Amino acid sequence: MRRIVIWLASTVTVVVLLLGYHTSTSSTATAAGSSSTAPAAPSTTSSASGPPTPSSGTSGSSGSSSGTKTWTGDVASTRWGPVQVSITVTDGKVTGVDVLRSPDGNPRDTEINARALPVLVRETIEAQSAKIDMVSGATVTSDGYLTSLQSALDQAGI
Amino acid sequence: MPTTAAPELRRYVAHVMGMPISLALRGDHADDEHARRAWAAVMDELAEVDRVFSTYRPDSVVSRLGRGELDLADAPVEVHEVLALARRAERESGGAFSVDLPVGPTSPGVRRFDPSGVVKGWAADRASRHLAALAGTDFCLSAGGDVVCRSARQPWRIGIEDPHDPARVVAVVPLRRGAIATSGTAHRGAHLVDARTGLAPEGVASVTVFGPSLTWADIDATAAYALGTGAAAWLRTRPVDSALVVAPDGTITTVVPTA
Repeated sequence: MRRIVIWLASTVTVVVLLLGYHTSTSSTATAAGSSSTAPAAPSTTSSASGPPTPSSGTSGSSGSSSGTKTWTGDVASTRWGPVQVSITVTDGKVTGVDVLRSPDGNPRDTEINARALPVLVRETIEAQSAKIDMVSGATVTSDGYLTSLQSALDQAGI
Repeated sequence: MPTTAAPELRRYVAHVMGMPISLALRGDHADDEHARRAWAAVMDELAEVDRVFSTYRPDSVVSRLGRGELDLADAPVEVHEVLALARRAERESGGAFSVDLPVGPTSPGVRRFDPSGVVKGWAADRASRHLAALAGTDFCLSAGGDVVCRSARQPWRIGIEDPHDPARVVAVVPLRRGAIATSGTAHRGAHLVDARTGLAPEGVASVTVFGPSLTWADIDATAAYALGTGAAAWLRTRPVDSALVVAPDGTITTVVPTA
């Protein structure tokens, strides 16, 4: 439950889950998971795979349509390995997406993993409210760095 | 949410090539002798790259090439490698990206040799192998805002800077393995130019590219930025994972290649 707190102006417009498998059913498709797979289509909320099960939100009231909840999708078996996604919903809007599991381990998986990510979560938010590890930006110079968000992260050491 | 407690994060920062290098490590060798040795190897390598490629150092290989004091045939192999990348990028961007840049509108026809558009991503990509060699350790390395990372645990979360307000991010990207490069003018004025015209591109505030290699993410971000209003259309034809284009009015276009 790391960065639920993306309250403000969370204009989450698009969640693009770039999973490389367009035509789902081919090859090894080990029966079980494949039916719950069907994610991928660029869309909003529903791109979390499978029937999600809500887990309790840490903050926010427990009313059913308000507050913050995290939904963890089932583990979807893809031909490249298990994929699991969770989404965080605040007041009915998707405010975060985490990829909990993605294929890893051999060169083929690595390639697919690279295709599978990133999940873009578009948020216009105060950077402080987003739990981020690093910043990509045009902060090219050391001068610019002094006032940059990255420098704040480095100093905070978190 | 499965909360296996995240291993402690250790951060390192240093400056080289006029830009900040930020490193985050977590896992088995985040804060030990191996980590410090790998970090030192990264910084040593970037310092060496600076000695070869800096356009600010009069004694760099690139400066000497530019003045005609050194023959290209005698240049180190790294210079040839970077030039090959640059030529390919120039070809594939229709000339918007180039390492032979117009000096400016006041000196038509005069061009200067500046491989900076290739060197940053390439150098960080290459140097990151020292971090990849740390067993059981996740790394996230940023060279002046260009990021390459790897994680066997939870994904790194990369914020994409708002070109209009560096205190904000326009997107957050969970990334387990791969690279992110952003080109824009947020911190250095109208420095990046369209190599065909020598002018700052119009219709784009920043371009962020996600891809498997930082070398190409950086080149593609820079080339797309140079293309201005054509950025998103061009990126759709590129072998990138995805991209974000922020327009001057703040509109964000998400690009997913058609290929």
